[in-house]
Amino acid sequence: MKIHEYQGKAIFAEFGVPVPEGYPAFTVDEAVAAAKKIGGKVVVKAQIHAGGRGKGGGVKLADGPEQVKELAGQILGMQLVTHQTGPAGKEVQRLLIEKASNIDRELYAGIVLDRSRGRYVMMVSTEGGMEIEKVAAETPEKIIKEWILPGSELLPYQLRRLAYALGLEGDQVKQGLRTLQALWQAFAAKDCSLMEVNPLVVTSEGDVIALDAKLNFDDNALFRHPELQELRDLSEEDPHEVEAAKFNLNYIKLDGNVGCMVNGAGLAMGTMDIIKLHGGEPANFLDVGGVANAETVSNGFRIILDDPNVQAVLINIFGGIVRADRIAEGIISAMQQVEVKVPVVVRMEGTNAEQARQMLDDSPLKFIVAHSLGDAAQKAVMATKGGAA
Amino acid sequence: MSILVGDHTRLVVQGITGSEGSYHTAQMVEYGTRVVAGVTPGKGGQTDANGIPIFHTVAQAKAETGANTSVIFVPPAFAGDAIMEAVSAELDLVVCITEGIPTADMVMVKSVLDGSGARLIGPNCPGIITPGQCKIGIMPGFIHQPGKVGVISRSGTLTYEAVFQLSNLGLGQSTGIGIGGDPIIGSTFLDLLILFAEDEGTEAIVLIGEIGGSAEEEAAAWITETGMTKPVVAFIAGRTAPPGRRMGHAGAIVSGGQGTAESKMEALQAAGIHVCQSPADIGESVLKALG
Repeated sequence: MKIHEYQGKAIFAEFGVPVPEGYPAFTVDEAVAAAKKIGGKVVVKAQIHAGGRGKGGGVKLADGPEQVKELAGQILGMQLVTHQTGPAGKEVQRLLIEKASNIDRELYAGIVLDRSRGRYVMMVSTEGGMEIEKVAAETPEKIIKEWILPGSELLPYQLRRLAYALGLEGDQVKQGLRTLQALWQAFAAKDCSLMEVNPLVVTSEGDVIALDAKLNFDDNALFRHPELQELRDLSEEDPHEVEAAKFNLNYIKLDGNVGCMVNGAGLAMGTMDIIKLHGGEPANFLDVGGVANAETVSNGFRIILDDPNVQAVLINIFGGIVRADRIAEGIISAMQQVEVKVPVVVRMEGTNAEQARQMLDDSPLKFIVAHSLGDAAQKAVMATKGGAA
Repeated sequence: MSILVGDHTRLVVQGITGSEGSYHTAQMVEYGTRVVAGVTPGKGGQTDANGIPIFHTVAQAKAETGANTSVIFVPPAFAGDAIMEAVSAELDLVVCITEGIPTADMVMVKSVLDGSGARLIGPNCPGIITPGQCKIGIMPGFIHQPGKVGVISRSGTLTYEAVFQLSNLGLGQSTGIGIGGDPIIGSTFLDLLILFAEDEGTEAIVLIGEIGGSAEEEAAAWITETGMTKPVVAFIAGRTAPPGRRMGHAGAIVSGGQGTAESKMEALQAAGIHVCQSPADIGESVLKALG
């Protein structure tokens, strides 16, 4: 799960990571009020779940409330396009109005999981303000890493190594040690999956502060963080994906025209791949999961068909724990409820597949039955081209 | 021949009285797996529907029944603890089926595991099977046949697909293992590849990977280094997955251009492994590789 920068900064503040004074604003009036409260120069920052906002024109400096009024009016409601949003961009519905900082140096700090070591790693770099992937690819020696011992905090020597690697001096060192540890404490306490501060800055006044806050949370751990649920901004997520999640379906919208319903994530990816291999494009990823029943399948069907690009549906079920006959029951009931105007290709194997195929045969509905994975993909792609499969 | 599980396996089921645990215990017993004990804290002293004795703790179960392997059907919030309990009871093998364990819990599990003699398969996996001898987990037993192909996979149903293709072509399996779809897992492709390479009963190996991480690349590098001669056939799922998105499995995410299907396929091909373009070609490719 992702959250907005202003929400991330509130978490930072809670754990003692210094952030500039700032307030969220949903309207121009709120933005102006925030600017008056802060006083002096402020930054108007678009709040969307994507990076690269500055380059896209979503972050602007303002002299005072008058200019904030103008800029907030421009940014609120705009379709902000960045390298992470896709060409359509994202509509800006929230702003962060923040006290402008006098930046002396821009640094980077981040925490991720190192999968190969099975440990979290804190990474810092003097190359703040740049894309860290680029720094990692071009000048990997400029990224300093410390792996965190499971169940522990960063050890004093690790903090010192990181702080001195950032070139901090004098009183900044103490601030740096405190801030880096506070970042880890926030990461651990909130079950983050990723945290980035880019940039972490040293101001002309010599203070170390987080000018940015990117926090992602481990979806598997959300059950123990009810307070994070409140931070969820559903308008930033695809409405179909939100709808699917209500039924424990794992749906991701893609751009193609072959709708897919599959049990199991690996097979679902494999099915998308084989559609492409046969010259088609998958319209979605949909894993009906290990506990699929008639109701979940019926909802999955409805969500797939709600996508106007879908010209054929491929249902690929390999019964294991999920019994194929239950899925067949769901498909039949869904197709009786929802008017299906596109061809439906069904391939079933595994537990109770024979009964499932019999049920589909016996129903008055029209299915294109496929006999193997390859056959299914071919028939689905043919069906989108209007070919009789 | 086989690896890790077989006629010698004496299984304890952790979470035996839950709905998943009780259902799959019956299935495993029916397949012929020797299930010797169950564990549900608070229900020690009872027996389950199959007459299997239930204990409060894994240590008790081991002491009383000589269990050497555990399978875990405990809910995600408690599964990390259940794995560590099995490891501390010094079982040889722990198979965790549970999906959705928080990553931070698995970081702790991994550190406990690294200092122990136990091996973990999973979590978030279908389990491990030596056809005709021992089935541990949730896979449909009837699609498997005893034979000489070792199967290692990050997926569940895609593994069934591959096994189904193999069995239909008369190619049985020595042992089939789902290693799990999470970012932190107990046993990697490489760990199990080494065991299959040494196993006299395994003549070919199927490796089913997916986007995310670098476990496939590490296996490829090992094959190049050691010059292992057993034929390996691979498939990587997720070529069409959009970057940055979690494709069902928490581990299936491409970040910063790393962990892509293409980079994995290239690494495997460079190691002389036959990489299938289509998941429908896995069985045929093994048949060809075995000549």
